[in-house]
Amino acid sequence: MDQTKLKELQVLACKARIGIVNAVHSAKSGHPGGSLSIADTLTYLYHCVMRHDPENPDWEDRDRFVLSKGHCAPALYAVLANEGYFPTEDLLTLRHVGSYLQGHPDKKGTPGVDMSTGSLGQGISAACGMALAAKLSKKDYRVYTILGDGEIEEGMVWEAAMFANQYHLDNLTAVVDYNGLQIDGKLSEVCSPEPIPEKFEAFGWNVIVIDAHDFEQIADAFSKAKACAGKPTVIVQKSVKGKGVSFMENNVSWHGSAPNDEQHAAAVAELTAVLNELEA
Amino acid sequence: MSEKKIATRESYGAALVEYAAIDPDVVVLDADLAAATKTGMFKKAFPERFIDCGIAECNMIGVAAGLAAAGKKVFASSFAMFAAGRAFEIIRNSVGYPHLPVKICATHAGISVGEDGATHQCCEDLALMRTIPGMTVLNPSDDIEAKAVVKALLHYDAPAYVRFGRLAVPVINDTPDYHFEIGKGIQLREGKDATILATGLMVSMALEAADMLNKEGLSVRVVNIHTIKPIDEEIILKAAKETGLLITAEEHSVIGGFGSAVSEVCAEKCPVRVVKIGVNDVFGKSGPAAELLKIYGLSAEHIAETVRKAIAEK
Repeated sequence: MDQTKLKELQVLACKARIGIVNAVHSAKSGHPGGSLSIADTLTYLYHCVMRHDPENPDWEDRDRFVLSKGHCAPALYAVLANEGYFPTEDLLTLRHVGSYLQGHPDKKGTPGVDMSTGSLGQGISAACGMALAAKLSKKDYRVYTILGDGEIEEGMVWEAAMFANQYHLDNLTAVVDYNGLQIDGKLSEVCSPEPIPEKFEAFGWNVIVIDAHDFEQIADAFSKAKACAGKPTVIVQKSVKGKGVSFMENNVSWHGSAPNDEQHAAAVAELTAVLNELEA
Repeated sequence: MSEKKIATRESYGAALVEYAAIDPDVVVLDADLAAATKTGMFKKAFPERFIDCGIAECNMIGVAAGLAAAGKKVFASSFAMFAAGRAFEIIRNSVGYPHLPVKICATHAGISVGEDGATHQCCEDLALMRTIPGMTVLNPSDDIEAKAVVKALLHYDAPAYVRFGRLAVPVINDTPDYHFEIGKGIQLREGKDATILATGLMVSMALEAADMLNKEGLSVRVVNIHTIKPIDEEIILKAAKETGLLITAEEHSVIGGFGSAVSEVCAEKCPVRVVKIGVNDVFGKSGPAAELLKIYGLSAEHIAETVRKAIAEK
């Protein structure tokens, strides 16, 4: 990846992080930790991988994205805003009465949102259905979904994992955001779904393990996923929960709480400093 | 009423083959029960559009949602217990909330499942499904109506739940003027002393009961309510006003289902006595379907007795 491209992505991801922090602060609730950990991947996905058109969100032949870990909606909204689906200022309406930016994604109300999600474990099944629809219609669109590492404790995820393998859904790419933390604590202390790559391998998937905050690795993983024929791909991305806001990083208490005014100011200052440096 | 008896699950399978033949967007899902739900008939005719999801009903409904979101006309089947029961929350969140036009066609509803017993006898599905905003809930009474339901759903742009049975039931709608419309009840007998509002396999029993009562000089109206939601308020309120006494009959719990839906309408708009016939807050048990229906009070005789008593108490 050339430096210009890399910088462009870093700028977009940093803007998405600022959008996430602003939105959750404005909502006074939400899930900043897991949103920040997927900001790089989502940015890359929407900016470099997916075939989509913000002017025509319902374009029949677009690639689809399902945020299976729907509580990280702020990340999706921030990236959609970056891509031009709606104005960035609207992020501040997150979770407010009357806003089209619901606490969890709502496909009926938000341009660019392909599936309503929020109840964990369900998004990957819907993504399987979309991928199957493409196969049945002999269309070449691809389907992407991001799951939480805690989310895969849901049994339905493994029903979907079996299904995707059975029907050779090689047009489906799932990302498991492996930040190691869920709302009640560390995965290993709650009800561990580990080892994650080995489980997906046993379910017949093509498994790629990457660093979630390295655009070179992200790019490589999505390109390998596209090239893999005959079976679905899962990208297990080792991420840092709260990535980019130092006091939120690897701190489970930021799974589902909003920063107060002071914390918000500190977070925005930190991210803005990074952005200024990138844009200098 | 002809002598012919057909299980509505058979009608479902046959209708899928008939109507899907003309629409290439139709996809049928099942969860390892194709032989029992009769989606196997579709599987045989259109194997490339039949998707077996294995014993994984939650994922099946999620996949159905994804297919529908991508423009497919999806019929997803399992037993009522596992479709409406196990997968309830997926139906609620992945089908209902995004209002995707998935057709959940559940067979083996109610006590008449028979020998399999309580774990498989779902008497809660109508109650569960009608609480989901925007969900249409249908319960056809015979072969003709079951096929009409499938036909109507082919071009119905909303989520729907349909209840089919395992037991062969009399064909009652083989009349030249039969007309099916989602949300519209059908008056089958005129009457002024009371009205039996029946749904599903209870409709033929209601007709039988009305004939018995007629011979005794009682004038009993019979209305077939095949659509539990949106319910036909007009025909219910008309019956309430004109006959002053309603008896509901359903092969479902008396809690939360059809009888409750009728009671809700009357309580708000025309308070008359509503007597509910159904499964009285108990689990089922193993046995031949016909015998079980009698044991649980789901028979023409029991309907007739209930109506007789209620009219006397008027």
